[in-house]
Amino acid sequence: MEAQATYNYKVVRQFSIMTVVWGIVGMLVGVIIAAQLVWPDLTYGIPFLSYGRLRPLHTNAVIFAFGGSALFATSYYVVQRTCHTRLFSDGLAAFTFWGWQVVILLAAITLPLGITTSKEYAELEWPIDILITLVWVTYAVVFFGTIMKRKTTHIYVANWFFGAFILTVALLHVVNSAELPVSLFKSYSAYAGVQDAMVQWWYGHNAVGFFLTAGFLGMMYYFVPKQAGRPVYSYRLSVVHFWALIFTYMWAGPHHLHYTALPDWTQSIGMLFSLILLAPSWGGMINGIMTLSGAWHKLRTDPILKFLVTSLSFYGMSTFEGPMMAIKSVNALSHYTDWTVGHVHSGALGWVAMVSIGCMYYLIPRLFGRDQMYSIKLITAHFWIATIGVVLYIAAMWIAGVAEGLMWRAVNPDGTLTYSFAEAVKMTYPFLTIRLTGGLMFLSGMLIMAYNVFKTVSGAKAVNDAAIPAVAGAHA
Amino acid sequence: MDINDLRSIVTVVSFVTFLGIVVWAFSGRRKSAFDEAARLPLDDDEFEQVNVNSAVKAAER
Repeated sequence: MEAQATYNYKVVRQFSIMTVVWGIVGMLVGVIIAAQLVWPDLTYGIPFLSYGRLRPLHTNAVIFAFGGSALFATSYYVVQRTCHTRLFSDGLAAFTFWGWQVVILLAAITLPLGITTSKEYAELEWPIDILITLVWVTYAVVFFGTIMKRKTTHIYVANWFFGAFILTVALLHVVNSAELPVSLFKSYSAYAGVQDAMVQWWYGHNAVGFFLTAGFLGMMYYFVPKQAGRPVYSYRLSVVHFWALIFTYMWAGPHHLHYTALPDWTQSIGMLFSLILLAPSWGGMINGIMTLSGAWHKLRTDPILKFLVTSLSFYGMSTFEGPMMAIKSVNALSHYTDWTVGHVHSGALGWVAMVSIGCMYYLIPRLFGRDQMYSIKLITAHFWIATIGVVLYIAAMWIAGVAEGLMWRAVNPDGTLTYSFAEAVKMTYPFLTIRLTGGLMFLSGMLIMAYNVFKTVSGAKAVNDAAIPAVAGAHA
Repeated sequence: MDINDLRSIVTVVSFVTFLGIVVWAFSGRRKSAFDEAARLPLDDDEFEQVNVNSAVKAAER
C-alpha cells in the first residue's frame, strides 16, 4: 500500500528559499555595478569591488545561483508530481542542493579575488568546474532515475524540456571547461585562438538556449496550465517546437562572433540558424499564452498569472529581437553596444526572472502547507514594480545602444571619425542612470517578495509532504 | 567521399527526422494519447487540495 508514500518536498523547499536569497544577492551586485557605471569612483578603487570582478559575480549569481536554484526546485517538483513517484534518491538530491550551494559560495569568493578563466559565463576555475560536473551528473541521475521509476505512462512535456536542459548543460560544461591546470587557481583552455572563441560561444549561446530557455520552458509547461487550471493549448505544438528548438539552438553560437576571425561561412550559418530559431521560440510563447484562452478573466485578479503571462510576452519579444540582432548588418550596428545589454535583460529579467518569480509564488505556499501566499496584494505590488523596472531598463539600453552604434560608425566626408569614443560614453550617461533606476525597482520587488515569503513560511507550523496518488497506476 | 559528404548526409537525415516528428505529432492516432498527457499536471488536483487543507488544519492545532 503506497498511500503513506509522499513526495520529496524538502529539497524543493530548500532550493525555493535559496532562489529568493540568491535572486536578491545577484540583483544587488547588478545594481552596484550599474551604479559604478554612473559613479565610477563609487567603490574607492578597492580591487575586489571593481567592476571587472563584480560583473562576472553578478552574471554567475543571477544565472547559476538564482536561475539554477529555481530550475532545481521546479524540476524536482514537476518530475515528481507528473511521474507520480518520489525522487529517485533523497540522499543524492540532498547532495545536489549542498553541492550547488558550495559551488555558489566558491564563486562568490574566487571571482572578487580575480581568480577566473576569463571565459564569459564559465569564469570559475578548474577545481570548481570539477565540483560542478559532480553535482550535475548527480542531478541527471536523480532526474532521469525519477523518470525511469514513474507510475504514469507518459513523460509529460515539461520533463522533456528539463531533461534536454540537464543533458545539454552537462555536455556544454564539460566541453567548454576542458582546460590544463597549471596551479590550484590557474588553468589554460584546451583550445586556442578562433577555435577557443567558437567553443566559448557554442557554450555561451547554448547556455542561453538550454539553461535559460529550455529549463524555463519546462517550468512554463507545468505552472502555466496549473495556475490557469487548463491543459496546455496544443500538446502537438509542444512536441514539434521542442524538437525544433533542440535541432536548431546548437548552431546559433557564431552570431556572437560576427565580423571576427571566425570564417565567414560559419558566421552565416550562425545567422541563418538564429533566424530559424524564431519559429520554435514563438511556438513555445504562443502555446503558453494560448493556454489562457477561455481563462483570460483570471488575468485580471491573479497576480501570479500576470507574472507568468508577462514573462511569456517578454520571451516572445526577446526571441524576436535576438534573431534580428543576429543578422550581420544589424549586428554591425548593435554589437558591443548597450543594446546587447538591453536585449539580455529583456530575456533575463522579463522572461527568466518573472517566470521563476511566478512559479515560486505558486510553489512556496504549497511546499509549506499554506493555501496561498501571506499577501496577494504584495504579489501585485511586486508585479508592477518589476514590470515598470524592466521596461525602464530595456528602453534606456535600446536608446543608448542604438545611439552608440550610430555614433561609433559616423564618419566625416574626409573619412575621419565624427565622434571620439568619450563623446559616445558621455551620451549614454542619462540612460545609464535610468537603467540603474530600473534595476533598483526590480531589486525592490525581490525584497517585497522576500518579506512575503518570510511571512508565509514563518506562519506555517506543520509541514507535510504531499501524498503520492495511490491510484495513479490503475488508470494511467 | 570526404567528410563534407558526411556532413551533408547528417544535415539531410536530421531534417527528414524532424519532418517525421512533425508528421507523427500531427497524426490523428496520437490525439487521444496527447490529450491524456496534457491532463497530467491537472489530474492530481484533489490530492493536493486534501493535503493543503489537512496541513492547514494541522497548523491550526
